[in-house]
Amino acid sequence: MSSDDTAAAAGADASPGPRHGRRLFTIWLVLAVPAVLVIWFAWYPHMPPGRMSDSARHQQFDIAVLAVSAAPVIIAVLLYFIYAIVVWRARPGDEGDGPAIYGNTKVQATWIIGTTMIVLWLFVFGTVELVVPAGAGAGEGPSPIWNLTGKHTAAWSPGANDMLQIQVIGQQWAFTYRYPQFGGMESTVLDLPANTPIEFHVTSLDVIHSFWPYVLGVKADANPQVDNVAYTTVQARGGFKVRCNELCGIWHGAMTTDGTVLPPAAFQAWAAGVQAQERSLGVLAVLPPYALTYDPTVIPQLGKSIIAIDGITGGAGYYYNSSDPVTP
Amino acid sequence: MSVAARAAVLIVAFLGVVGLGVFTAVYYVGAATTQLPVVHYTASSGQVNVVLQEDPQNDSASRPDWVAYYTQDQASKQWVHTTLFSVPANTKVNVTIYGYDGCTPLRNNYFSQVQGTLGGTVNLSQFDQHGKEYVTSKTTSVINSWTDCNVGHTFAIPELGVFVPVASPNAQLSADNLCDSSPCATSGNPYAVETFSFMSPKQAGTYRWQCFVPCGGGYLDGNSGPMGTLGWMMGEMDVVSS
Amino acid sequence: MAIEIQPERAQPAGRGPGIAAAKRRWRPRPGVPAGLIGAVAGYFLGHWLGNLLGGGYDRSSLADTNDVAIVLGYAFGVLGWLAGLGVFNDLFLMMAGKPAREEPRLLGTQEPGLAKYFRYTLDHKVVGIQYLYGMIAYFLTGGLFAMAIRSELLSPSYHLIGPNQYLMVVGEHGTMMMMMMSSVILGPFGQYFGPLLIGSKRVAFPRLEALGFWLTVPAYVILLSAVLMGGFSTGWTGYEPLATQSTQGEDAYFFAFGLMGISMILAGFNMIVTVINYRAPGMRWSRLPMFVWSMFTVSFLQVLSVPVLVGACYMALEDRTFQTAFFTNQLGGSSFLYEDLFWFFGHPEVYILALPGFGVISEIIAVFCRKPLFGYKVSVAGMLGVGTASFFVWQHHLFDSGINPDMRPLFMLTTEIISIPTGFIFLVAMGTFWKAKIRFSIPMLFALAFYFNFLLGGISGVFLSDVPADTTEHGSFFVMAHFHYTIMGGLIFAFFAGIYYWLPKMTGIKLNERLGKIHFWTMFIFFNSTFLPLFGLGMLGMPRRVFEYARNLETLNDWVSISAFCLGVSILIFVINFVMSMTFWREPEVGNPWRTRSLEWQLPAPPPPDNFRRVPVILAGSYDYGVPDALPVADFNPPPGVIGTAYASASGRAEG
Repeated sequence: MSSDDTAAAAGADASPGPRHGRRLFTIWLVLAVPAVLVIWFAWYPHMPPGRMSDSARHQQFDIAVLAVSAAPVIIAVLLYFIYAIVVWRARPGDEGDGPAIYGNTKVQATWIIGTTMIVLWLFVFGTVELVVPAGAGAGEGPSPIWNLTGKHTAAWSPGANDMLQIQVIGQQWAFTYRYPQFGGMESTVLDLPANTPIEFHVTSLDVIHSFWPYVLGVKADANPQVDNVAYTTVQARGGFKVRCNELCGIWHGAMTTDGTVLPPAAFQAWAAGVQAQERSLGVLAVLPPYALTYDPTVIPQLGKSIIAIDGITGGAGYYYNSSDPVTP
Repeated sequence: MSVAARAAVLIVAFLGVVGLGVFTAVYYVGAATTQLPVVHYTASSGQVNVVLQEDPQNDSASRPDWVAYYTQDQASKQWVHTTLFSVPANTKVNVTIYGYDGCTPLRNNYFSQVQGTLGGTVNLSQFDQHGKEYVTSKTTSVINSWTDCNVGHTFAIPELGVFVPVASPNAQLSADNLCDSSPCATSGNPYAVETFSFMSPKQAGTYRWQCFVPCGGGYLDGNSGPMGTLGWMMGEMDVVSS
Repeated sequence: MAIEIQPERAQPAGRGPGIAAAKRRWRPRPGVPAGLIGAVAGYFLGHWLGNLLGGGYDRSSLADTNDVAIVLGYAFGVLGWLAGLGVFNDLFLMMAGKPAREEPRLLGTQEPGLAKYFRYTLDHKVVGIQYLYGMIAYFLTGGLFAMAIRSELLSPSYHLIGPNQYLMVVGEHGTMMMMMMSSVILGPFGQYFGPLLIGSKRVAFPRLEALGFWLTVPAYVILLSAVLMGGFSTGWTGYEPLATQSTQGEDAYFFAFGLMGISMILAGFNMIVTVINYRAPGMRWSRLPMFVWSMFTVSFLQVLSVPVLVGACYMALEDRTFQTAFFTNQLGGSSFLYEDLFWFFGHPEVYILALPGFGVISEIIAVFCRKPLFGYKVSVAGMLGVGTASFFVWQHHLFDSGINPDMRPLFMLTTEIISIPTGFIFLVAMGTFWKAKIRFSIPMLFALAFYFNFLLGGISGVFLSDVPADTTEHGSFFVMAHFHYTIMGGLIFAFFAGIYYWLPKMTGIKLNERLGKIHFWTMFIFFNSTFLPLFGLGMLGMPRRVFEYARNLETLNDWVSISAFCLGVSILIFVINFVMSMTFWREPEVGNPWRTRSLEWQLPAPPPPDNFRRVPVILAGSYDYGVPDALPVADFNPPPGVIGTAYASASGRAEG
């Protein structure tokens, strides 16, 4: 954008001397074109966050497009300053002033129109890239408006375009993953089927966490009593790490879990196995088998009273004592 | 006093104050990490025995009197008020935990399952305050906190996948008779003893362990306080290459 | 601590607020010692009262901590400190129907010596110097914490300082820098040069101005006191409900931040009223120097956005002490509410930090390009545009939070729109550099570095405004690099530019040039070497505020840490230069070394006590370089009658 402006400035300024604008434009072209080509063809395929999932692929595309848009601007501005430093520095002994140029309507108008066009382009591009890949992997709150297509069923089976629903529960300091379509079985590792639409329901038991499987291009804050939904479809198999991305206390930095993307059939076998084991141990009994939201405060309403020792009970926003404020 | 002398005095005073500030900061930053002793466990015949106890919030003389884990020194058998211990790498670690605190339902009953131990089980005994053993050496892979009152806290090393519910003495037998002075002794107090084993990792480094039952009395949701401070309900396991 | 070179005057000069105290020996004279006594007494009184009120709360007895006592201790301590300083003396005098004290400076008498810098004073130039030293001290403290952070991050798993201490250090560093540094230019240069640049003898509310500074001192001390309580675990943003859950260090965080907020509001009010009402005749809005425009805009941002922060801090303190539940979801509050309140302040805050930098740099480039500022009106529009737009972008901090996803395109648009007025700053710079005669003095070097850093900071901001790209970058080291480029690379570079540029005017002493150049080059190189790799670290998946990270990132982190230590050494070079130049070398610089047209440089250095003997008449803009027959910028001795009596009779009475 600035190259046009400098060219215009050169045109507007009719003083004799070298045609600075033309010279700057030429150098800029020589630098910017290769830079753009290198970014697009050499760097883009290796840019984070990779191409493991749909949302990651879209984010990579976005970052590459932004980089390609930004590089010429950075080059133009830096080039201009370097050029100015070299060409327009005061020579030793020269104590005079520069020309009294107070402004140039043409340059200013060009600049304003140019930057506005760029901004509008970024806005349109960003919005399309937000809407098309179903919210771009970002958490969309309890009622998502950009959905991924897939059938919502109470029991998941491979190859049926069923949406796999996973409830991500953050607590200080671990994520656990509840699979409602597998009897509400829960796991400390996040295993996923490949090529399946996935719906994450992210929530927290205590403070704000943020669910960030980096290579899957998903990020959603976990707020207590809030169901934050994010979508993605994983395409490649392999392992990945989940990190917490919002400061949640002392072990925030160590709050990582491992995940694996399996073939759908293998995933189903794993999930059914864990479900059977947990059912036999009886740890799933207190929760309804299919629940997309999970909250310990609902447990007493399921017929269990919280066992209190010396009046001390835990959880649900209480300060461990009954005299503290309660939900109306 | 000349202007220069006064200025010099002021500069020196200023630097002195800054230096004092830095010293205080460094002292506290440094002290807070070093004031907790590390209990070193060494292996004998390829195994290492880690002994911990978990105490209720009671009226012990030291303040704050939060719920806390204590670590037993290997040689002197003294209970040390710390949660930092070290074990050799790639060794079988046998953990014994004396649970003195009462039971709570786990906020996430999932943690009632024993995970990551050798065999996927723990061995459990429970005693009442008269020393009577009413559960004897029971091997189990789950201590369900919602079916009965048997879980006080948990012991977990998330990075190693170790998640173990720590047994409490049964509520009916212990409700008003919890240990009232830390570190607790077995005589005169109801308690549970739980043993399990896991392999320490090959990679040396610091691994955190913690409890997953929010048990900080007075704090929102029971988190923070003992749950957020080294030396109470969380600690570090240093794995040193052997 | 600007030391007068002339010997002490023979006649006993007025002792400021202590005039009355000479008769009454039974109480200490107002000043820092009395303030300290008041602070300590107030703290213990408040602590006792807090224990009386809140000691029996279940929360207090179960947790073995009483937050009520801490908060009331701080509150009474601050009141005691202010009372000891004599802040309320004039208030009581006026309430008793007696005249408030005179400001002897406006009658042309300057109090000699250094004692005036340790008192509650009505002289905006003294306040400016107080701010200068204060801000440098706060900045160095925050910098030391940064060194500790980088030491811990040398290793992906080994803990030099434990996880508790790491969070404490991160929180202290972040809060110290973001909250105290919001006055780093508005404080020293705004207070000192604001009136000088508009041709005024005084500011509108000298008492509010001085109070603004003297509140930063307890804010600093209270913030640091969190260290004694194990720090606070929430970083500088203080997100709820983690903050409600935290131990007592969190009280220090909220109280200090709120206190600093009040200081910012006071400074903002004073600046707005001063600029509107105290401009000299002829100082039209179209002649107002860019630095004053930036102060004016920033003051509006402070006055409009900071009350939201003060409110949020107050609510959070209530949550922590009296167990209200503003921010606890399970009890009917909302953790989103805190995020919204915080960032509704927090985003204008970012521009409260950035805009003064624009102002300082705009002044400097015109002088050292020897050209008029290109597109003055565009520049002003840019300032005001950034200021206005900054109120409409805060949700971009919450793109992944789950709040209102349908608003995301809108906030993406507003965020990107803000780059248009920001771009004006670059347009102005590039236009000014066109065919200029650039002189590479140290301020100009810092100005050039400012544009380089701010360019990278600004462009990386565009990546963050884009929701899909932000999904990867949000909350990672990419964001960290981004705002360090804009705030440290922008604001702090501008602050140093301002020091090298204006210190000769403030003190009559110039800093050593050789050390200054070494300082600049080391700072520029190591700043970039520290923060450029952080963009990469963020993109590679390193979240903020972690003490453990993936092992494959160790090399890059070590590089950053070592660069950061070198950056620390560079700041140390500045400190050495500053201390030695100001105390021992004392190389005088009394003229107009930069050959600047603007008003403050037409005065002797340091400026006379009453700034201008007579209110000047402004004849021309301050950027008319290269105009052969340019008028002098002002007539400092206007013939009587040119100015109405309203201007001429500066009585010396301070009403503020």
